[in-house]
Amino acid sequence: MSEEKFCCGFAGCCAAPKIPVVSTSLTAQDILGAWKVRFGIGRMDYTVEPGLYSIGQPDNASPVLVSANYKLTFDTLRKNLCALDCWLLILDTKGVNVWCAAGKGTFGTEELLYRIEKSELAEIVTHRRLILPQLGASGVNSNEILRRCGFSVIFGPVRADDIQKFIACGYTADQEMRIVKFTMRDRLVLTPLELVTAAKISLMVFGVLFLINLFAARPFGMRDFLAYTAAVLIGTVITPVLLPFIPGKAFAFKGWLVGILGTALIIWAYGWFSTPFLLLGLGYMLALPVHSAFLAMNFTGSSTYTSPSGVLKEMKIALPLIILSLLSGLVLILIKTLGG
Amino acid sequence: MKHKYLSNVSTLEYNTERCRSCGRCTEVCPHGVFAIEEKKAIVIAKDSCMECGACALNCPAGAIEVKAGVGCAYAIILSWFSGKEPTCGCADEDNDVCCG
Repeated sequence: MSEEKFCCGFAGCCAAPKIPVVSTSLTAQDILGAWKVRFGIGRMDYTVEPGLYSIGQPDNASPVLVSANYKLTFDTLRKNLCALDCWLLILDTKGVNVWCAAGKGTFGTEELLYRIEKSELAEIVTHRRLILPQLGASGVNSNEILRRCGFSVIFGPVRADDIQKFIACGYTADQEMRIVKFTMRDRLVLTPLELVTAAKISLMVFGVLFLINLFAARPFGMRDFLAYTAAVLIGTVITPVLLPFIPGKAFAFKGWLVGILGTALIIWAYGWFSTPFLLLGLGYMLALPVHSAFLAMNFTGSSTYTSPSGVLKEMKIALPLIILSLLSGLVLILIKTLGG
Repeated sequence: MKHKYLSNVSTLEYNTERCRSCGRCTEVCPHGVFAIEEKKAIVIAKDSCMECGACALNCPAGAIEVKAGVGCAYAIILSWFSGKEPTCGCADEDNDVCCG
């Protein structure tokens, strides 16, 4: 690990002389790496080595913080630990953030027990306390950790930037620290990935349209492309960013609502609500808003507050309507395209 | 601005009789679903529950039950094809979508 950029030496400690010391400031490379994974580049391989690290000059009484081995998580945590002396126990979550890994079980009871044993933590610190991120609680059974290895789990705040305050307040979190937020900034940083994923699928759509164009009486052109692109942007960027301000609760409905407004505006601007383009205009009105709705519905996976029961209920209502509307829209568009 | 999702859908079930007043549920819940009142936990915001399962897993008295899972449409669609329980697909080799 010594060649890692975030590592700046080794901690000398009686029982474990070679524990990497981690820097609390991020380099330009760390920041660039964060931008890349936000756009889905190398995201599945953005990891740090699991195991024990140190911050500052910890001793056997210093607190132990537990986290995941997704480098974006690791960087967010360490940059919030400046001027602190503590230990970091990094679990092998296969490069996934704490909350998602807890849901999958990789940030879990068994992995934590294994890392405690492997790092010989009980020899390094004399106290028996672990501070876990609160969002790890859906994967870690704190009662079982205490029972099986004698360490008691303290669930810290949701956000890393509250940790200093949490420790200063004697390991207590106020209600504010315990609640997951989903601010416009939080939502905005997630949208590039939504867009990149949708763009990949769009390439297939463009391929099909290109083939249809070989037989078309009215080939697809730039105007069609722009209307389609607008629908994708509405589903992947505009709806997620404006989420709480859009009426309704179901994500699909929110996406459809913005989608129908956006599409109507574009079709009207094109003059496609009047003959001879009416068929095309109506076809797009049926097909594009539900495309936005579907993309917006997929944002439930990135959101911090949707329950599986709720998402399932939403999908059972929305999916049949989306498919029906999409198919009837496509039929109208094809009639115009092939018939002229 | 507070986010609101569908009402009356959560599978959260809580048995007050069993509560030992440790307060763990109020600690782990990311949406303030529980509060402590007169030394017992009470459910104050069931519609905010996202069924993450943290409370049920960490309740030492087994007083809480919830069908935990991921609230992700994409994961649910995948599970219909694979026939398995929906999981967050982030770390699967052939799947590079969802949570960051």
